[in-house]
Amino acid sequence: MAIDAQSIYMSLKAILPEIVIVLFAILVLLYDLILPDENRGVNAGVAIVGVVAALFSVRIVGTGKIEAFSGMIEMDAFGAFFTVVILVALLLTLMMSRSYNEWEGIQKGEYYFLLLVSAVGMIIMAKGTDLMTIFLGLEILSIPIYVLVGFDRKRMSAIEGALKYFLLGAFATGFLLYGMALIYAGTGNTNLYAIKDAISGGNGAGNVMFLCGTALLLVGFGFKVSLVPFHMWTPDAYQGAPTTVTAFMSAGPKAAAFGAVIKVLYITLPEMYPYLWKGLWVVSVLTMTVGNVTALVQDNVKRMLAYSSIAHAGYILVGLVSGDNLGAQAAMFYLLAYAFMNIGAFAVAIVISQREDEGYDIEHYRGMGFRYPVLGALMTLFLVSLGGIPPTAGFVGKFYLFSAAVKSGYIWLAVIGVLNSAASIYYYLRIVVHMYMLKPGTEEMPVRHVGFAISIALVIAAIGVVNFGLFPKLLLDFAEASVLSIIL
Amino acid sequence: MSILGIPILSLMIFLPVAGILVLFFVPKEREGLIKNFSLLVTLLVFAVSLAVLARFDGSLDVMQMVEKRSWLPGYGIQYFLGIDGISLWLVLLTTFLMPISVLASYSGIRKNIKEYMIFMLLLETGMVGVFLALDLFLFYIFWELMLIPMYFLIGVWGGERRIYAAIKFFLYTMAGSVLMLVAILALAFYNKGVTGEFTFDLLELYRLNMPAKLQLYMFGAFFLAFAFKVPMFPFHTWLPDAHVEAPTAGSVILAGVLLKMGTYGFLRFAMPLFPQATVDLVPVISVLAIIGIIYGALVAMVQKDVKKLVAYSSVSHLGFVMLGMFALNIQGIEGGIIQMINHGLSTGALFLIVGIIYERTHTRLIENFGGLSRVVPLFAAFFMVITLSSIGLPGLNGFVGEFLILLGAFKVNKTFAVLAATGVILAAVYMLWMFQRVMFGKVTREANRKIADMNLREIAYMLPIILFIVWIGVYPQPFLRKMDASVKHLIHQVESRVQVAEKDRPYHERIMARYFETDGETR
Repeated sequence: MAIDAQSIYMSLKAILPEIVIVLFAILVLLYDLILPDENRGVNAGVAIVGVVAALFSVRIVGTGKIEAFSGMIEMDAFGAFFTVVILVALLLTLMMSRSYNEWEGIQKGEYYFLLLVSAVGMIIMAKGTDLMTIFLGLEILSIPIYVLVGFDRKRMSAIEGALKYFLLGAFATGFLLYGMALIYAGTGNTNLYAIKDAISGGNGAGNVMFLCGTALLLVGFGFKVSLVPFHMWTPDAYQGAPTTVTAFMSAGPKAAAFGAVIKVLYITLPEMYPYLWKGLWVVSVLTMTVGNVTALVQDNVKRMLAYSSIAHAGYILVGLVSGDNLGAQAAMFYLLAYAFMNIGAFAVAIVISQREDEGYDIEHYRGMGFRYPVLGALMTLFLVSLGGIPPTAGFVGKFYLFSAAVKSGYIWLAVIGVLNSAASIYYYLRIVVHMYMLKPGTEEMPVRHVGFAISIALVIAAIGVVNFGLFPKLLLDFAEASVLSIIL
Repeated sequence: MSILGIPILSLMIFLPVAGILVLFFVPKEREGLIKNFSLLVTLLVFAVSLAVLARFDGSLDVMQMVEKRSWLPGYGIQYFLGIDGISLWLVLLTTFLMPISVLASYSGIRKNIKEYMIFMLLLETGMVGVFLALDLFLFYIFWELMLIPMYFLIGVWGGERRIYAAIKFFLYTMAGSVLMLVAILALAFYNKGVTGEFTFDLLELYRLNMPAKLQLYMFGAFFLAFAFKVPMFPFHTWLPDAHVEAPTAGSVILAGVLLKMGTYGFLRFAMPLFPQATVDLVPVISVLAIIGIIYGALVAMVQKDVKKLVAYSSVSHLGFVMLGMFALNIQGIEGGIIQMINHGLSTGALFLIVGIIYERTHTRLIENFGGLSRVVPLFAAFFMVITLSSIGLPGLNGFVGEFLILLGAFKVNKTFAVLAATGVILAAVYMLWMFQRVMFGKVTREANRKIADMNLREIAYMLPIILFIVWIGVYPQPFLRKMDASVKHLIHQVESRVQVAEKDRPYHERIMARYFETDGETR
C-alpha cells in the first residue's frame, strides 16, 4: 500500500479512540504537576472525560472496515466492539478509583495515567491483525498493569502480587514472542491473514516450526487470560492489587487478550481446528473446574472472585472450542456482561470491605444485606448474574456459550460447563448467606461513604446486567456483526 | 382478551412485579401497609385468574389466550404464553394459595416484612410464569427465577437449620435443571437440523419425531430436573429439610405449588416431547413412584415433628400423582392433575395448621401436645377435616384423586395398583395416629391449656380451602370437565407417536434393542 495522505488519514482515523485516550493520559500527567496534593482526585474526572470522549470517537469512526498502517491494525465492528468493552471497563474502574484512592491514601496522578495507557494497549491488542501489533499492544497493556498491581507499595500483599505477576508475566511474554518468531520462521509472515494463506490447503499440519510457534503463542495467551494450568499468578496478583485495579484486570486485559485469541483462532487457524479442539476442550474443562473448586474454599472475597474469574475464562473458552461463529459471538457477549457484573461486584466489595486485606474476609459481610439494603441487593444481583441465573446478562451469556458447544455437538463439554456453573452457585451464595442469613457480628461494621461516582458506576453496572439479561438482542447483533467483520 | 391494554396472561405474571416496584417506595416501618398492600396485589392476581377461568373454553384442546411476541428473533426465542386444561387449574391453585400465604404471614413473620413480601410477590411471578410459558427459553427463565425468592424465604425467615436447608434446596434443584438446559439446547439444534428453523417454540417442537436413543438422553435430562422438583424417590432428600425449615407460608407455597412444577413439567414437556422414551420408561417411573408412596408413608409414620411428618407425606402423595400420570390414560392423568390440586389444598392447609399451633406454642413435636381438641375446638374441627381430606376420605377431595389414579393404574398394571393402594392405608395410619396423639387424650402440658383458638384472620384463610376440599370431593365434574379435552389431546400426542410395544418380548430386551444396540458418537 502506497503511503499517501489519504491512507495516513484513514490510519489515524482507525486509531482515533486510542489517540483521544493518549491525549488525555498526557493531559492527566501534565495537569497533575500543577494540582495541589489534596486535589489529586480531579485527575479521575479528567480521565473520565477522556474515556467518554473516546467512546464518542468510537461512534464517529463507526464500524466500517478500515485497514490501517498497511494492515497492521484493522478497525471494524470487531475492533469497535472490543474498544467499547475495554472503555466501559475503564470507565467503571475510574469512577470507583477516585474515592478508593482517597481512602487508601494512594491518590496520585500516575495511577490514572497508567490506567489510561494500559487501556490503549488493550485496544491495540484487540484491533491488531498482525502479530507485531498484538505483541505491541500486549506490552503496552502489561507494563502499566505490573506497576498498578504494586501501586499500594505499603502493603506486603501488593508487593508480592506485583512481583509474581511481573515474573510470570515476563515468562509468558517470552513464550508469546518466541511463538511469534517461530510462526514467522515457519510461514514467512506476521500478518494474520497472510499466515492463514501460507498454511491453507493442509500446509500447516506438516510445518513443525509453525506448529510449535502456534502452541507457544497459545500458551502465552493462556497466561494472559489465566487459563489452567497457566493461572498460578492470578489469585495473588488479584488479591494484592488495589481492588479497583483488580476489577479492571478481571475485565479489561481479559477482553483484550480474548480479542486477540479470537482473531488468531478465527482468522488464522480455522483449518487447524481438527487438531486444536481437543486441546482447547481439555483446557476449558480444566479451567472451569479448577477455578470453581478452588473458589469454593476461599474465605477472602477478593481471592474468591479471583478464582472465579479463572472459571469464567473457562466458560468463555467453551464458546471457542468449536470454532463456530456463534461461539465467538457468545464469548464476546460474555466479556461485556462479565465486565458489568464483575466490576459491579468489586465495587460493592470496595464499599463494604473498608480495609484492604483483612477487610475482604467473608465474615465482614455478616448482616450487611439488611443493614444496607441497596448495597445488599446490588451485590446479590451481581452474584446471581455471575452464577448464571436468569434474568441476568450472566445467564444469557452462558446460555449462548453453551449453545455454541451444543450446536457443534460438544454435548459433554456443555454438560460439564453447566454442572460447573451450578457448583459455582455455592460460593456465590455464600456471600449472600453472610449478607442476609447470618446474624451480624458484635463488632460494629460501618461501610464507607458511597461517593457520587461510585454510585453511578454501580447503577451503570446494574443496568447493564439487567438490561442485557432481558434485552440482549442489540448486543448480540453487534457481536454477530463483529465476528462476521473479521472472517469475511 | 386484555385488561387496560395488557393481555390477560401477562397481566397475571407482571402484576406482582408492579406490586414490588410500589413496595420499594413504601417505608420499611409501615408494616401494616406493606402487608395489606401485598394482600391486595395477590387478591388482584387471583381476580384476574378468575377472569381467565371464566373465559376458558374447556371444549378446546388447543392453547388459549395465546400471546406471542418475538423476543430474540435471530435465535428463535419468543415471549410465548398460553393456557390449556392442564395448566389452568395449576395457575388457579397458585393464585388462590398466594393471598392465603400472605395472610398467614401476618403474624408469623416478625422481621424484615418488606423484603419478605417482595420475595413472595417475585415468587408468584415466577410460578405463574412457569405454568404459562410455551417457549422453552422463557420457561427456563421462570423456572430458575423462582429459585431465588424461595431460597431467601427459607434462608432468611426459616428455622434453626435454615441456611443448610436453603442451600441444599438451591443446589439440588439447580443441578437438575442445568442439565435440562443442555437438553433444551440440544433439542432446539436437533429441530434446526430437521426443519431448518431455529426455535424454542414448544408447539413446534412437539412435532418432532426424534430417534429413540436421542429421546432417551433428553428425557433423562428433563427427568432429572423434574424428578428433583417433584420430588421422586430417591431425589427427595432436600424436601424434608426445606419444608421443615421454611416459614409457614414458604412451606405452603413449596408444597402447594413448587412441587407441582415437577409433575406439570412431565405433562407439558417430557411426555409430549419424548413420547417413545416416556412409554418405554413407564415401568421404571411407576416403580420409583410406588417406592416413593410406601417409603414416604413409612418414614412419615415414625416422625416426631408434625411438620416433618407432613413433609414426608408429600413424598408419598406426589408418588401417587406420578403413578397416575404415567398410567398414560385419561383416568390416571386427570386423577394426577386433580391430585396435584388436592395435595396443594390439603397439604398446604396442613402446613397452615402446623404454623398456627407453632406460633402459639413454639414447638412442633408430637409428644408436646395431647388433648388439644378440648382446648381449641375450632382448630380441632378444621384440623380434622383437613386430615381426612389428606387421607382420602370419600366425600372429600383426596378420595377423588386417589380413586382416579388407582383406577388408571389398575387398567395398566394390577400389581402396581394394589401396591399403591397400600399407601392409602398407610396414610390413614400415620395421619390418624398423629391426629390422635396431638388432639385427643389428656392435656399433658400445663402450658397447652392456655392456647388460644383460631382467630378471625386464620378462619378467613382456612375457610376457602375447606370450601374447595368439600367441593372437589362432592362434585368434581366442573374441575374435570375443563381439562378433558387437553388431557385427551396429550394422550393422543403421546400414543400416536410411539412404536407399538412388542408385548411378547421381555421388557429389558425391548429396551436394550431400542436404545443400546447402535452406538453413536458424542463429544
